[in-house]
Amino acid sequence: MHNNAVAGIAPQFDDAVQQRTAANLGIWLFLATEILFFGVLFAAYAITRVRFPDAFAAASRLTNLPLAGVNTAVLITSSLSMALGVHAARHGARRALIGWLSLTVALGIAFLAIKAVEYRIDYLEHLVPKLDFRYEGSQADQVELFFYMYFFITGVHALHVLIGVGCIATIAVMASHDKFSPAYYTPVDVTGLYWHLVDVIWLFVFPILYLVSRS
Amino acid sequence: MNSAVITPNENIGPHESYLSAGWNWRSWLLTLDHKRIGILYVISITLLFGIGGAAAAMIRLDLLTPHSQLVSVETYNKLFTMHGVIMVWFFLIPSIPATLGNFLIPLMVGARDLAFPRLNLLSWYLFIFGGLFTIYALVSGGVDMGWTMYAPYSTSFSTSHVFAVATGVFIAGFSSILTGLNFIVTIHEMRAPGMTWFRLPLFIWAMYATSLILVLATPVLAMTLMLMGIERTFGIGVFDPAMGGDPLLFQHLFWFYSHPAVYIMVVPAMGVASEIISCFCRNPVFGYRFMAYAILAIAAFGFVVWGHHMFVSGQSAYAGTVFSLLTFLVSVPSAIKVFNWTATLYKAHISFQAPMLYALGFVGLFTIGGLTGLFLASLGLDVQLHDTYFVVAHFHYIMVGAAVMAFFGGIHFWWPKITGRMYPEGWARFCAILTFIGFNLTFFPQFILGYLGMPRRYPDYPPEFQVWNVLSSAGSSLLAFGYVLPLAYLLWSLKYGARAPANPWGAKGLEWQTDSPPPSENFHTTPIVTEEAYAYSQAESPHA
Amino acid sequence: MDSLPFFPTRASTIAGPIDDLYFAWLILSGVVALAVAVLIVWFAVRYRRGSPADRTIADAAEHARTMHHIEITWTIVPIVLFLGMFVWSAKVYYDSIRVPKDALPIYVVAKQWMWHAEHPAGEREINELHVPLDRPVELVMTSQDVIHSLSIPGFRIKQDVLPGRYTILTFTANRPGEYHLYCTQFCGTSHSNMVGSVIVMEPAAYEGWLSAHANVPTMASRGERRYHELGCDGCHGALAAVHAPKLEGLFGKPVPLRDGRTVLADERFIRNAVLLPNQDVPAGYEASMPSFRGQIGEEELLEIIEYVKSKGNAMQEVVP
Repeated sequence: MHNNAVAGIAPQFDDAVQQRTAANLGIWLFLATEILFFGVLFAAYAITRVRFPDAFAAASRLTNLPLAGVNTAVLITSSLSMALGVHAARHGARRALIGWLSLTVALGIAFLAIKAVEYRIDYLEHLVPKLDFRYEGSQADQVELFFYMYFFITGVHALHVLIGVGCIATIAVMASHDKFSPAYYTPVDVTGLYWHLVDVIWLFVFPILYLVSRS
Repeated sequence: MNSAVITPNENIGPHESYLSAGWNWRSWLLTLDHKRIGILYVISITLLFGIGGAAAAMIRLDLLTPHSQLVSVETYNKLFTMHGVIMVWFFLIPSIPATLGNFLIPLMVGARDLAFPRLNLLSWYLFIFGGLFTIYALVSGGVDMGWTMYAPYSTSFSTSHVFAVATGVFIAGFSSILTGLNFIVTIHEMRAPGMTWFRLPLFIWAMYATSLILVLATPVLAMTLMLMGIERTFGIGVFDPAMGGDPLLFQHLFWFYSHPAVYIMVVPAMGVASEIISCFCRNPVFGYRFMAYAILAIAAFGFVVWGHHMFVSGQSAYAGTVFSLLTFLVSVPSAIKVFNWTATLYKAHISFQAPMLYALGFVGLFTIGGLTGLFLASLGLDVQLHDTYFVVAHFHYIMVGAAVMAFFGGIHFWWPKITGRMYPEGWARFCAILTFIGFNLTFFPQFILGYLGMPRRYPDYPPEFQVWNVLSSAGSSLLAFGYVLPLAYLLWSLKYGARAPANPWGAKGLEWQTDSPPPSENFHTTPIVTEEAYAYSQAESPHA
Repeated sequence: MDSLPFFPTRASTIAGPIDDLYFAWLILSGVVALAVAVLIVWFAVRYRRGSPADRTIADAAEHARTMHHIEITWTIVPIVLFLGMFVWSAKVYYDSIRVPKDALPIYVVAKQWMWHAEHPAGEREINELHVPLDRPVELVMTSQDVIHSLSIPGFRIKQDVLPGRYTILTFTANRPGEYHLYCTQFCGTSHSNMVGSVIVMEPAAYEGWLSAHANVPTMASRGERRYHELGCDGCHGALAAVHAPKLEGLFGKPVPLRDGRTVLADERFIRNAVLLPNQDVPAGYEASMPSFRGQIGEEELLEIIEYVKSKGNAMQEVVP
């Protein structure tokens, strides 16, 4: 019979190596599905942009570049702190791990807070579709369509950030209860990969929504 | 085959198994055992199959007369929509993967469970949750847009519960994704010692290919449903031209998922057929490597042919040409498989128990279904056939004739393993033959109706089509018997069927090397694989 | 071979080639299905368990080589066959969608749940289409609401009819009579009642039908009236002060656009110009044309298109 009560190996696995590689493959497959999710949104956006290039360019210039720029820096930094957290876990540095994870959570919350401010400013500037949307200029319908896609894409991304923040906070609590060691830190690894993907997706969202028409 | 060979008649009679390990609500509804989860799925999809089948029965009854007399035209539209939605997403897509796949994959690869048992249970709950949304839509008045949900009808014109159904399918989609993810990781990482890739049963290859499609295609559907739902709720035009949208964008996104989806439905059936045919032929499947590569080719090519659903949609003739060519190419691996199954019978020792009858029926009906697909792939000819009953007949030959027959064959084949009981062979053979005959009588006349021009989704039709519709409805009554009777005798066998030995068929495969039904941890000791798949020898003598 | 059991009557020039494709597939697939069935039954009987048939394989290596060759053969042969059928069917398709230069245009507007046809000479029909024998016809179609699909099985033609754009069907009817017309894209409650007939008339009968409607204003004249009502003349007329493109001789010509592309001035171009004027602005002009979205119905738009065509159509030879 197999006794995996030792060293936190789940009963279906033979050993820690199998558990780790299984978790790794699992998270990469999950990330593939996320890429396809966002891929559909990017495809729909790209196709609509090709149909209405002028309207979309004009609308894109109304987005809040400074705040989004700050958010990009915030998110990239949070990926760094996450990576340093994984490094700490690999070396059993418990206090460093908790520190880096907490910083990542803080940066994630900062991203969401800045996003909320950005949304509020968009609302005050009458750029939220169906919610007192106003645009003086030609092709107002297409500009509204841009902003619908803008809110949809950034909103789905923000949801993923929120879920990520929750997961990292949970990992941090688990770390403070001494659940991880150099032999077993899979949840940290897996969450780290998810967080990096959330960052990478933003690195696509940011240019196509904010930058392309501002060259 | 391994270090703990079980002789055929060992451990018959009541013994400790996964079924006896607890019988309260918690032990079932909070189980982490892949075998119990497989059974939870069997029960759920049987109920949903019943609902979808009832809708089909009403449709065929209504079509007995040229004017819709049984139900109103609005109700008819809701019936064919719910039939499609339930049968596609809540029966066919989960059927073999979530029931037989869940049960058998760990057993066939020699593992104790799937890689992520808690994710597996979550998959089932997501499936149920999604199903409840769809049932809610059904109960509160139904949906009438067709399972294909084309915009702008679905987003801007239908007054039915589009949002509820879209949500139900969206949630059930996550069930598919997590199941596929679980299977891929299990097959990669948890094979027993000695079980190399090319020693895996072809059922595992089929489940692997299916899981790749589940994981990569379903997210596209999820996002399409989300875009559709938000357009409907907030009135913003991604798809509706009246609001500046593009209806063809919906069709491209929808079919990008829904074409690979049909391979999710038929590839597992191919895996089941390979297992059954090799066992009842006492022969390895002809051309094992070609079969494995063919399965992967079907999964890969299946992603690039979606436009063949859109030849007359207004997409460019150039796009249509490309999709037509690719569609012809994707049918080559399927053809190879049919030839290989046929060749497996050569110089074999064939017996004709019910699973084999179902499997041979699968080969025949899949051949006809696949060949008629070529008619539809032909660009010039598809113009005449598109959106007629020819298409309805084609996909039912594949989805029902092939996939459901293989599903029933698999249920019968592995019934002794799953339940520890034998089903009554005479009744089972009768039902297999009845289903085959009933199926052909139901759907073959529809090919004729299609070329004559009878459109799909018509409750009222010109009187000259009546004779074919009557034949079709008559056949469907036989088909209904063929599906209901197994439910009766299979349930009967749970209490009164003969107790099954570990390997009643004398089959190769790790699942037959453990008790019927298996212990909770699947194997008393980890098997070690030393032979190729289907290592039937020339002198193999059949078991009783 | 005019009318066979299980086949609709052949009433158009493309029906024969499409039926030929169908027969070819029937024969090909029949042969394959029969071959598979015969082999399965033969093997099932000959190699049933307990039968005395010889199952020994004398030379395993030779056997393996032969089997491998068989595998390759039944991979290559279907590929070759399929490629041949692909080329043939693609050719038939391209033949079926090519619109002859002298085709008679008829405009179709689909709406829930009826077919509304308008002839250039002014006749309007609902759920019926009168067409002349042996003359190419071009159906220019759009929908007012959801996606419909026009199908005439006797002609072997079908095309989805989309809201927001025009799709084209073409045919030459070569057999007089009355043929079914269906909607084949689910469009709501009365989808199955959105049916009608196409009536193919001998030349004399067709002339008779036309003259019975002789006092109906032509589409072009109705379009001209609407054109003036909406004030289009104010910018596009000869005396206009504003710099706007002239419409004489415009239809059918390539139009260079401001952004460098060149598009053909066809029905779609005119429609977009009226509804989404700032999308395809011609070179040398400002994006200052107002949109008439919401002010023009689909039929009126088609009448205006006919009017523009009547001012010089580069796509049609002048028919004396």
